[in-house]
Amino acid sequence: MDLSLLPDGGLGWLDASGPQSHLVLSTRIRLARNLAGRVFGSRCTTTEREAILADVFAAALGTVSLKDAHLFRVDRLERVERQLLHERHLVSKELAGLEPAGKVRAGAACLWQDAVGAMVNEEDHLRLQTLRSGLDLEASYALLDRVDSELGQRLAFAFHSEFGYLTSCPTNVGTGLRASVLIHLPGLVLTKEIGRVLQGLGQVGLTFRGLYGEGSEVVGNFFQLSNQTTLGQSERELLEHLGSMVREVITHEEQAREVLLREAPAIIEDKVWRAYGLLRYARTLSFEETMNLLSGVRLGAGLGLVGGVGMYTLNKLLIHTQPAHLAAAEGIPVDDPALPVRRARYVRHLLDEDAARRGGTSAGDHR
Amino acid sequence: MRCDHCHEREAVVHLTQVADDQVVQVHLCEKCAAEKGIEPAGTPSKTPLGGFLAQLSSQGLTADGSEGLRCPRCGAGLADFRETGRLGCGECWEVFAAPLTDLVRRLHGATKHLGERYAAPGVEAAPGAAPSPAEERLREELRDAVAAEDFERAAKLRDQLKVRP
Repeated sequence: MDLSLLPDGGLGWLDASGPQSHLVLSTRIRLARNLAGRVFGSRCTTTEREAILADVFAAALGTVSLKDAHLFRVDRLERVERQLLHERHLVSKELAGLEPAGKVRAGAACLWQDAVGAMVNEEDHLRLQTLRSGLDLEASYALLDRVDSELGQRLAFAFHSEFGYLTSCPTNVGTGLRASVLIHLPGLVLTKEIGRVLQGLGQVGLTFRGLYGEGSEVVGNFFQLSNQTTLGQSERELLEHLGSMVREVITHEEQAREVLLREAPAIIEDKVWRAYGLLRYARTLSFEETMNLLSGVRLGAGLGLVGGVGMYTLNKLLIHTQPAHLAAAEGIPVDDPALPVRRARYVRHLLDEDAARRGGTSAGDHR
Repeated sequence: MRCDHCHEREAVVHLTQVADDQVVQVHLCEKCAAEKGIEPAGTPSKTPLGGFLAQLSSQGLTADGSEGLRCPRCGAGLADFRETGRLGCGECWEVFAAPLTDLVRRLHGATKHLGERYAAPGVEAAPGAAPSPAEERLREELRDAVAAEDFERAAKLRDQLKVRP
């Protein structure tokens, strides 16, 4: 698998260029679509899945949005490569066949071009998706809407006058739209207000998940906030509702940070610098510890406590310290016991580079 | 019933397939189905619907006599749906419309899609067809306003409906 075939490796969203990118890592939206007249994913034979992939790929070639898309035959990749695509947020755990007792499905594939793409032969025949930096629901949807209409003119989607776009699972029917905002909320976690905020989101039809979406754990204080329902509101209404709620959460997070700085400045500063110190000098690091320390440094960078670290560097660390990414870069197996040592070395290297570029670690060191 | 493929084991997966415009019923044992790439119904769903469906099995989903029904297109029945949380094909949505409407209401708090409309390529949208979702919503609001005797609001909504093309 050669990810360099994607001009930005599918990582354009890492550049922290989007709105609110000090708190919001990425915006992703997906639309679930099925082809009319074909049985849904779980009852498809291998032959049918191959036919679906062929139809989708042929249709994509005729579009503007996906004509140059790179095709990953997920079903023909090694496990570590599938894991890498998953860590890169290009494919779901299910499509990558990474679930416990899960197997990669014949015909499982992913198309990707710039910030948009499609998973093929997931639970639904098609999961059109987009992934962009920061909180950018409107522009993201505009991109995805174009992919949807371009493909919808070339393929017949299963659509029902009452139920809308038909999906394999009734939780996705209607618009088929799930929008997720990946947001960093250490302030709310430290002030222990996070429970109340998440509960409140549940009451207004939103839900939260961990770093890798459905069924994943919350690590490093990253939360994916997304719409729970997909039917009964228009696409715009769903997105506007999510957007306004996320903006409220951002306000709460900023207030929590102000409280922390006002009430316990020494504790916060210590926490941030300890995290930075460990990342800069530790000799072994597990992925989970790395994530938690990066959360501390990210908070410090957001509060202006750590001057020497850029958001882009932090985002890069977030992606490239994941097991499959690190193993691939280091040329060792993903279960190699040397991985934590290599991870620590990689983190030191990137932070050193960043500090050198910015001319010293920052005044904070000498205060 | 024996498996159509190995003719040995008991068939547990029942499919309706369309090949060369011929509709064929296929009955397979678990092993042969797996070899053809069809996923076993198996594991009681890890889907968000898991508990929901278990709860519904004794009520809504079975109450209207559609229990024994099978989808003519894909061969799936309600029992398959309860087990996997997944429907077999687009036609399942027609065949099981009644129990699904109930389920969709519980899941989404609504039963009607109000998002973008879609017509497949080559299929002309019927002239004067369904009013736009926005228009329908206005009509609904208008009905509500009248029911609540909020005539000022009703008049506003009526005017909004009038100026729409």
